[in-house]
Amino acid sequence: MIKYLNPSYIFNLTGKILNIVKFFIIPIAIVGLIFSLFLSPKDYIQGDTVRIMYVHVPSAWISLLSFGALSLLCIINFIFKIKSLSLVYKSLAPIGLTFNIIAIFTGSLWGQPTWGTWWAWDARLTSMLILMFFYIAFIMSYKFIRDPINSSKVCTLISLAGLINLVVIKYSVIWWSTLHQPPSVNLMGETTIHISMLIPLSVMLLAFLLYCALIFLMKYRIETIRMKKKGLK
Amino acid sequence: MLNIKTKNRLLIFLSIFALTIILTIFLFKTLRNNVLYFYSPSEVSKTDEKAFKNNIRLGGMVKPGSVETDDNEIKFIVTDYKKEIIVTYRGTVPALFEEGKGVVAEGKLKDKNFFLAKRILAKHDENYMPPEIQESLKQNAK
Repeated sequence: MIKYLNPSYIFNLTGKILNIVKFFIIPIAIVGLIFSLFLSPKDYIQGDTVRIMYVHVPSAWISLLSFGALSLLCIINFIFKIKSLSLVYKSLAPIGLTFNIIAIFTGSLWGQPTWGTWWAWDARLTSMLILMFFYIAFIMSYKFIRDPINSSKVCTLISLAGLINLVVIKYSVIWWSTLHQPPSVNLMGETTIHISMLIPLSVMLLAFLLYCALIFLMKYRIETIRMKKKGLK
Repeated sequence: MLNIKTKNRLLIFLSIFALTIILTIFLFKTLRNNVLYFYSPSEVSKTDEKAFKNNIRLGGMVKPGSVETDDNEIKFIVTDYKKEIIVTYRGTVPALFEEGKGVVAEGKLKDKNFFLAKRILAKHDENYMPPEIQESLKQNAK
């Protein structure tokens, strides 16, 4: 058990996983792009605008997923003081922020031709913007607060509030009347995306997840090296 | 099993967590009307006349067969299948504006049944499908 928690063992393991990810990511991304840009059909009402969805939806999911993961890790780190977890959430936060910004940006590109506006202050869009500020606050609090104990306290507070915001984002389109449409893909219940559009969406999601894994592993290794260097000093 | 310090931290965490949840619930209870992006025709009919002075957003379905276009004015009925409100608007509507689809109109109420829109937004629903499927669905409906 101890062997698997040893930083140098994890360092070697992440190196191996990184190679596997590198091998798969480019073919899957190419297949996903061909599917979503050429093979998938036009939408019956939006036309080609629907293709924005293949980037927008996976990035929105990833930004939610990574905030969920990092806040849970942060809270566990706060309670049980497992130092190596801080490396994990420090590597996750910038990825989540990037995808959050991509989701907002592509959403606004989609909103202009379909809704007729770039931005609306409805519950879904606003809560997504708030999530972006939570990400920024989170990153700033571990970058600028020198004392690790204080910084972990502040990070936990932010992630706690952000966790509630995640629930608000998820249910915003169900609880309140919003301009944003309700979810089309439901794990429990009916999915209202036709299968010919669902396949490219899932391939793109896989490609995005692999890209996240790639960046995450690279960042994690850098953070490990950085911590080791600090230890030497 | 847990040592005292860990237990304390767990308690601190749980209490702050509970507190934040309660605060958020209260926050959204008070903000309820501001969180709504638009009002449905039935909600509009319940509000008092004073609210007519301000700009509001009205949302619902464009009633099929109700769209009339004049020289530069478009007139249609917004419905939520219970109440109906007549909306007039000068200008161009978004490409997705269509009969039987969702719409959000921004503007002022003249009276309870008449709405002057300054801006029209089309609301897209959660259905995504290729045109052929839409055609066959229509065929089946007939």
